Amino acid sequence: MRLQRLLPAAILAACAFALPPLFAAMGVAFLLTQLTMSAYYALASLGLCALMGYAGQISLGQAGFFAIGGYASAFLCTRDLGAAAAPSGLVRLLDSSGLLVRWTDPYGKALLTLAPALSGLCAVLLAVLVAALLGTPVLRLKGHYLAMATLGFGIVIEKVARGTKALGGADGISAVPGLAILPGLSVTGGRAARSANFTIAWIVLALGILVLTNLVRSRPGRALRALRDGEEAAAAMGVDTARYKLKVFVIAAAFAAIAGVLLTHYNGSIGPGEAASTRSVRYVAIVAVGGMDNLVGTLVSGLVLNFLSLRGVFGSFDDAVFGAILILVMLMSPEGKAARAFRSLLPKRKVAGR
Amino acid sequence: MHSALFLQYFFSGLVYGSIYAAVAIGFNIVYNATGIINFAQGEFAMLGGMLASTLALRLPLWAAVAAAVAVAAAAGALSERLFLRGAAKRGVFGMIVTTIGLSILIREAALLAWGPSVRTLPFFSGSEISSLSILGAHFSPQVLWVLGATALLVGGLTAFYKLTMMGKAMRGCAADRAGASLCGINPDAMVTIAFALAAGIGALGGAVVAPLTQTHYGIGAELSIKGFTVAAFGGLGDSMAAVVAGLLLGMLESFSILVVPEAYKDVVTICVLLGLLFIKPSGLFGSRTRLALKEY
Repeated sequence: MRLQRLLPAAILAACAFALPPLFAAMGVAFLLTQLTMSAYYALASLGLCALMGYAGQISLGQAGFFAIGGYASAFLCTRDLGAAAAPSGLVRLLDSSGLLVRWTDPYGKALLTLAPALSGLCAVLLAVLVAALLGTPVLRLKGHYLAMATLGFGIVIEKVARGTKALGGADGISAVPGLAILPGLSVTGGRAARSANFTIAWIVLALGILVLTNLVRSRPGRALRALRDGEEAAAAMGVDTARYKLKVFVIAAAFAAIAGVLLTHYNGSIGPGEAASTRSVRYVAIVAVGGMDNLVGTLVSGLVLNFLSLRGVFGSFDDAVFGAILILVMLMSPEGKAARAFRSLLPKRKVAGR
Repeated sequence: MHSALFLQYFFSGLVYGSIYAAVAIGFNIVYNATGIINFAQGEFAMLGGMLASTLALRLPLWAAVAAAVAVAAAAGALSERLFLRGAAKRGVFGMIVTTIGLSILIREAALLAWGPSVRTLPFFSGSEISSLSILGAHFSPQVLWVLGATALLVGGLTAFYKLTMMGKAMRGCAADRAGASLCGINPDAMVTIAFALAAGIGALGGAVVAPLTQTHYGIGAELSIKGFTVAAFGGLGDSMAAVVAGLLLGMLESFSILVVPEAYKDVVTICVLLGLLFIKPSGLFGSRTRLALKEY
């Protein structure tokens, strides 16, 4: 039983090491780039799966948390702190603690900035803080109201990113340096780092699904499902519904923010499109295709759909495809019209004894 | 503040408020008939403006607007028939997800049909430079068209629900579906009509404000969220209150330019709206007990 629980993570970890040499031998190593990006998007979808599939709380703001992570880290590690003639006490303190780095951006400008690993950490903490503050009032809402409120949150984040000069406006932030996680190993783009980064991304994804599998199979996980199936009933059984909802909301936001940070450093840039409501809808579609309360299903649909989308298979119908997927999933669901029509075509099964 | 400037902002608020009210009324009509919140509601207002702007190249303006409203209404009815019939059985989650998928499909179809450029519509009377003035404030005659259309919508809708047989039948269905069908009313047909009516009203709103606000394929999502919050703020299902709440929001947005940069205008209004949802989800005129009884 415990081994079965480890299986998806083990497969991902095996792929993380086995696929790069395999793809290189087959001459398709370029596919690793899109598979790396798909892994990060899938990570954000996994967080949403816990929130939406298991706890039953719909969120149309997952892309907002992804963007908070990406933007905050990109901003903090490209903001020059050395420009001021007399550096403030805080800057001197950070510098002497070795938390700042001196580097030259692609345009040849010398910069003194926060170390990317630290900026990434700050970014995730920021997203967690925002989720905790937002979650308390938002999660008191249900159904349509919750969906609209989270959609509104996403739109606010996108508008702020688009309208703020320091965040690059419509262009976003580019020339984001790599994020060093171990000496000699950093999350960054480029051909030389491609295999290593694929391994990093898939290991992160494996860790992510391991954490969430354990969460949903544990006592809190059962509390979340009880909450989804009937909030009053769960409360009557002694589940602190407000606290559990907030916790899973924060966890989902943290997953999105981690994915946002890593993908931003991998791509070397982030733009306001990452915060768009169509992105959030995409995450919802991926979870719906995966079967709602199904982490492995979400993982597979996240990897496959994002990979296809990044390869440009859907062409200019990219967003439309995800809209169509949502409608189809609902029509095909056991209660849906299409599913009923399909069943009526099948020969009626004879019931024994009649 | 300078009184002329004040009036200028006031008129701008009325115009934007009217389109929010039109979308909110659409939300209410569908909600009353089915208990569904149609997330694609704002897209029909977008369709109204875009269709009218294209049709106006070939047809006289009045015919273009009428045709745009008719096409949008047909699209509303069609989308209900194809995707939403029986959606209530799929639960709140199914309804949300289906209508969101629908809104994306409409938006992407509009992008393919019209491209990403901003469109506008000729002014209904006069041109962009003709203006009326009150107390030193200048405003376009189109503002009167917008206000007239809003008044006509509210009046017409009230008369429709109170006086016509079909309006009464729709109210009957909303009150008690089973009872209504025992009286010989076809509830399914009433739901389709409600979707057509809601889409048509949104399209009319979108077309009348288009000369002033311009339009492009992507305005629907924002109109949906503002229209929904306006509807919720007025008390979901109450169209009169939605108009008041819509105009209030228009004013808030218009006057917010005095304190915050233009780029953050929508940020401020959406934040205020979210705040209102958090504090008083039952709405300005709604009661908490009535809200608790609602399925949502």
